[in-house]
Amino acid sequence: MPPAETFSVLVEVRLRPGIADPQGATIERALPALGLNGIAGVRAGKAFRFDIVADDEAAALAQGTVVAERVLANPVIEESSVTVTGRAVG
Amino acid sequence: MAARVGVVMFPGTNCEHDVVHAIARLGGEAELVWHGDSSASGYDALILPGGFAHGDYLRPGAIARFSPVMEAVGKFAADGGPVVGICNGFQVLTEAGLLPGALQKNAGLRFLCATAAVRVETDRSVLTSGIAPGTVLSIPINHFEGNFTCDAETLALLRGEDRVVLRYVDNPNGSIDDIAGVCNPARNVVGLMPHPERASDPLTGSVDGAELLSSLLASALTAASEDVA
Repeated sequence: MPPAETFSVLVEVRLRPGIADPQGATIERALPALGLNGIAGVRAGKAFRFDIVADDEAAALAQGTVVAERVLANPVIEESSVTVTGRAVG
Repeated sequence: MAARVGVVMFPGTNCEHDVVHAIARLGGEAELVWHGDSSASGYDALILPGGFAHGDYLRPGAIARFSPVMEAVGKFAADGGPVVGICNGFQVLTEAGLLPGALQKNAGLRFLCATAAVRVETDRSVLTSGIAPGTVLSIPINHFEGNFTCDAETLALLRGEDRVVLRYVDNPNGSIDDIAGVCNPARNVVGLMPHPERASDPLTGSVDGAELLSSLLASALTAASEDVA
């Protein structure tokens, strides 16, 4: 068994496809006013970063997924993706 | 005999005293229950009032659902006890899985503070047992995340099982199928975005909300007497 390490985790939460996103739509409508044209499909979401102490990267990913699915996202309207971004430094 | 109502208070709840006042005015006995309590026994009904439980951090109701009292609320509901979530309380009940669907940000992204006309769609719920379906009530709304949504399958179920308790006459927030309130399959857990406690005293311009709360008090006494029997 390797010693436990600390991994950095990034969880992104966004509305499921097909769920109306008034925030994203409002941002999208505002962009042309700044001369930013040709941008479509804006979806607003949330990002969470945290560190997890785990035996290995797979365990960190599994634990991060539990946090994402049980707490950070509401599965009725949201989906999440979990990435281990690296080993936490010091 | 007066119905005893527990009014569950989280950090950030702000409508608890309005609810206590409205219940007392209707002859019930209301008492505050702190979210950190792990028991909610001794009551004939529970109300989760409006506000911003735990600051609405993460999502409305997302943290409140992990408060110790929620296990007791779940048990009370499973035993058939009447539970009503008003506004933020409705959001807490959906997050806790005691009611289906979710409350999203209002279409139009406006915080709404207005009086809404809502139609009672069924008298088969603890909150509407004494009201004829079709009755239109004038009740204040006060929310940013009141846009009820659910998947098509859930919506079909809610319609098919007559579980849409209240609908807006003029949909203010984008809620699917104009839904303002729903109940669980056993019909003893109801969530609604409008605030009946704010329409329970002639001083506030409407007493239509008192009809809902009176129904709840009557249901609470019925449930209590069935419990004894």
